[in-house]
Amino acid sequence: MRSLVLALRALRREWRSGELAVLWLSLSVAVAALCGVGFLVDRIGRAVAAQASEVLAADLRVEADTPIAAQEQAKAQSLKLSSARLTTTLSAIFNGDTNQLADVRALSSGYPLRGHLTIADRPFAAGAPTTQIPASGEAWPDSRLAAALGAGIGSDLTVGSRTLRVTHILISRPDQNSTFVEFASALLINDADLVSTKLIQPGSRVRYALLLAGPAAELEAFRSWHGQQDFGKERLADVADASPQIGEASRRAARFLALASLVAVLLCAVAIAMSARSFVRRHLDVVALMKTLGASRRLVLAVHLWQLLTLAVVASALGAGVGWLTQLWLVRVLRGLLRGDLPPAGPWPALVGFIVALAMLAGIALPPLLQLMRVPALRVLRREVGPPSPRAWSAAAPVVIAIAGVVYATLGDLLLSCWFVLGLGAAVLVLALAGGALVSLAARVRGNAGAAWRYGVANLARRRTESIAQIVAFGLGLMLLLALAILRTDLVTDWRASLPADVPNYFFVNIPLDQRADFQRELRDQGARLERMLPMIRGRLTAINDRAIATLHFPGQRGRGFSEREQNLTWAEDLGDDNRIVEGHWWTPAQFGQPLVSLAVEYQESMGLKLGDRLRFDVAGEALEVTVTSFRKVKWDSFKPNFFIEFPPGLLDSAAGTYMTSAFLQPTSGAMARLVHRFPGVSVFNVGDLLAQVRAVIDKAVTAVQSVFLFTLLAGLTVLFAAVQASSEERGYEIAILRVLGAGRAMIFASVLSEFSLMGALAGLMAATGASLGGAWLAHALELTYRFDATLWLMGVIAAVLILGAAGAVSTRSMVRTPPRAVLY
Amino acid sequence: MTRNIVLEARNLSKQVSSPEGPLTIVRDISLSVAASESIAIVGPSGAGKSTLLALLAGLDEPSSGEVWLAGTNLTALDEDGRALLRAQRVGFVFQSFHLVPSLTALENVMLPLELKRSGDARSAAIDMLARVGLSARLRHYPRQLSGGEQQRVALARASVGMPAVLFADEPTGNLDTATGARIAQLLFELNTGSQTTLVLVTHDVALARRCGRVLSMQAGAMSTQAQDVADQSVAVRADA
Repeated sequence: MRSLVLALRALRREWRSGELAVLWLSLSVAVAALCGVGFLVDRIGRAVAAQASEVLAADLRVEADTPIAAQEQAKAQSLKLSSARLTTTLSAIFNGDTNQLADVRALSSGYPLRGHLTIADRPFAAGAPTTQIPASGEAWPDSRLAAALGAGIGSDLTVGSRTLRVTHILISRPDQNSTFVEFASALLINDADLVSTKLIQPGSRVRYALLLAGPAAELEAFRSWHGQQDFGKERLADVADASPQIGEASRRAARFLALASLVAVLLCAVAIAMSARSFVRRHLDVVALMKTLGASRRLVLAVHLWQLLTLAVVASALGAGVGWLTQLWLVRVLRGLLRGDLPPAGPWPALVGFIVALAMLAGIALPPLLQLMRVPALRVLRREVGPPSPRAWSAAAPVVIAIAGVVYATLGDLLLSCWFVLGLGAAVLVLALAGGALVSLAARVRGNAGAAWRYGVANLARRRTESIAQIVAFGLGLMLLLALAILRTDLVTDWRASLPADVPNYFFVNIPLDQRADFQRELRDQGARLERMLPMIRGRLTAINDRAIATLHFPGQRGRGFSEREQNLTWAEDLGDDNRIVEGHWWTPAQFGQPLVSLAVEYQESMGLKLGDRLRFDVAGEALEVTVTSFRKVKWDSFKPNFFIEFPPGLLDSAAGTYMTSAFLQPTSGAMARLVHRFPGVSVFNVGDLLAQVRAVIDKAVTAVQSVFLFTLLAGLTVLFAAVQASSEERGYEIAILRVLGAGRAMIFASVLSEFSLMGALAGLMAATGASLGGAWLAHALELTYRFDATLWLMGVIAAVLILGAAGAVSTRSMVRTPPRAVLY
Repeated sequence: MTRNIVLEARNLSKQVSSPEGPLTIVRDISLSVAASESIAIVGPSGAGKSTLLALLAGLDEPSSGEVWLAGTNLTALDEDGRALLRAQRVGFVFQSFHLVPSLTALENVMLPLELKRSGDARSAAIDMLARVGLSARLRHYPRQLSGGEQQRVALARASVGMPAVLFADEPTGNLDTATGARIAQLLFELNTGSQTTLVLVTHDVALARRCGRVLSMQAGAMSTQAQDVADQSVAVRADA
């Protein structure tokens, strides 16, 4: 308790004197950034999952070719999950004599559990959301079906044995997903009318789905229960199967946010390291005196441990408070993206913040403080005697462990974390070496530019170790900030560029071979911007390397799905500009007609394939054996025609029945209705809503990224404070001596400016170099296009010179005004 | 005449390495100091006075030889053991005061008592500050005190624990003559009042002569001439 009393007394006094401000500020900012971003990432994650759930119209879907067992619905009810049934079958729909094949979708009340239906009173209109479903006796055809049938509000449609009246036109439904499985037009009817239509007969192809929604824990309970039962070929679909476009944008946003908060934390770590250093230097005398007066090493340690713990608790509490307020504010900013019914923020991010604060103090601030324990009492008589230097590994190991721990906790990806820590370590090493070389060089070429400049440069060289430490710290901070700034710009540019205003909003499939030219002409006449047109063939994978697919086991749901279902296949001469080969080679014209295949990485990963594997497909009853020659990374959010499986031309030409393409078309209802009339066989797929969803995610994510960047800037400022504070005591003493010797204020200002500006220039130079390299690597990690920016170098250096110069001037102002007597006596 | 020895050095030497090879700062010094005796160590700058003081107080370890303080062999103790002994038996006054800047005058004086877990540190510290005439300065921080006041706080801090030995390193070195004289007066009053042994390092001949014995150092060793002076002093003191 004695140590606690001594610790608190010292802390109270140092608190008042502002000496602990930087340490405290850096800790608070780190915790605030972590908590704020923690809350936010958590909420954005949920929001994205919710948005993705809309694409599924549920959180979880049980799908089967046979009716869903009653016990499953009972189980869902017992878990208090909300549920809805959806039964789908293909049938010809008649409006008088006109008929059209359509997906009849019978819905139970509650559908959709996520998202909403949009309806209008005429085809291809803008529509308005509704919470209703068709009542018994009603039918809601989608725009394409209504246009093809020439039906409108009040028309009577014959659906199997029933006649149903059109009361609304369906504009969109949340589960019109983009995986190109469901291309037929849709007709929504009430579940209660399904039996009376007599559409479901033995042998008819029917898909049954049970839609579920509710809290994650209950969904997980259902999932694990389901896994233990034997429900034959039932399939569970969750948000992971939902739109890859939304997943792409949100995954990047989450990663960037994690990186941004990590950078804020690392900047704070730099500030903590610097302020711990100056804290130790200031306390050398006091500790030596305490030891002279009889304090044991244990007591010295205990006093400082208490101080650290108190500091951690106070800073964490404050940081968590600020973080909590920040996320409240961010939630306001992100209103619309985040659901109103999200559970309130739990204590977890605050706890993580506290643990990180402790870890950073233990790893970064404690080792130098432990050095205090070793200060010899003799220092009271000989001021030059300090603690013995620690061994390099014992000083570096806790820092590396603390940083690595924080990095891993934030990024949650071992490989990425390892690379990050290694990169950071290399950056520190290079910065230290380059800093040392530059300081030596500056000292040698200080020349005759006047006493102030000479004195400033001499100071930099004399305090060599301190100068290098400050250059490394400030350089590292600036480097992280610059790299993040580049990334942020790249990220926002990339996102916006990935979805320009004229990104295709319609997909057209089933375009007959002989109508290709006419169809393209018609679209162009209507002012559409067409993407490439690719053939579309249905086929099923039957064997991998001569092993029948049925005998192979795929661990993932997606892999199983690929192995069980028919796939859309295509061939192409050229690699689309939204595709990138990640392994292997795209075919040359000489290879056209050869049995080769190129696969999307998603397909490769789900099926566990490698280059050279032989795949056998069943295409319209014919066996086709091909060798895997390349894997492609596809930008699914380009909304252009893309396929998991692509062959070279000349291999399947005879099997091609129809083509597909996508286009951007101003959504005028008349044009689309005309098109559907002229080409009744062509299926039109409107991705406008999906696009709007992706855009919404991106816009909100951009806002979040900008907000979180503020934290990073604040953390950067703490580094600056720490850098200035690090040398302030010694500087004050020297300035007093200079003034005694007759130096004027202007001269002192000029010398301090010289020193700080030079330090800034050196740090800025190295930071800009590091940021360019680090930015390129991080852009790669985040799958962004990296653009080298030459102005960045200039900006980095100028900004560093200005910022450090200004900081130096401001910090020196009070020292110049203080009478030398106050400092020297 | 039996003397109760509280401090004894036996063949004490201190060597350090320097660019020119090993350098002997203290050379084979033996001395013993009796309870409530006061001795002054004098000599030119660089003679090794402060190093000897550091060795005698256990602030530094000798290269060879032994130091016995209050019946304990200091050289056989580790750093914490020496710290504990200092807390219980030793007081210090320094040339540059060495007050803890973040503590008030009162808190500075309380510190040694708190370190040795004495009860009622506060009232003892208040009493001691009253004895050095600083009752009105209890809540002042060192930077708010004059040099003489700071040294008085240091004196109070050194004496408050009733140490067996009080080491003083140039206690008046940073003060003007008048203030220095007042501090010296206070130092000897406290020494005689509490029967503390005083070991004083100083350049000030007048101050040294107020001690019972004067030891003169030259190039790390005791000079014989001074030893004679010292013997006379002892004789004088023994007669007194």
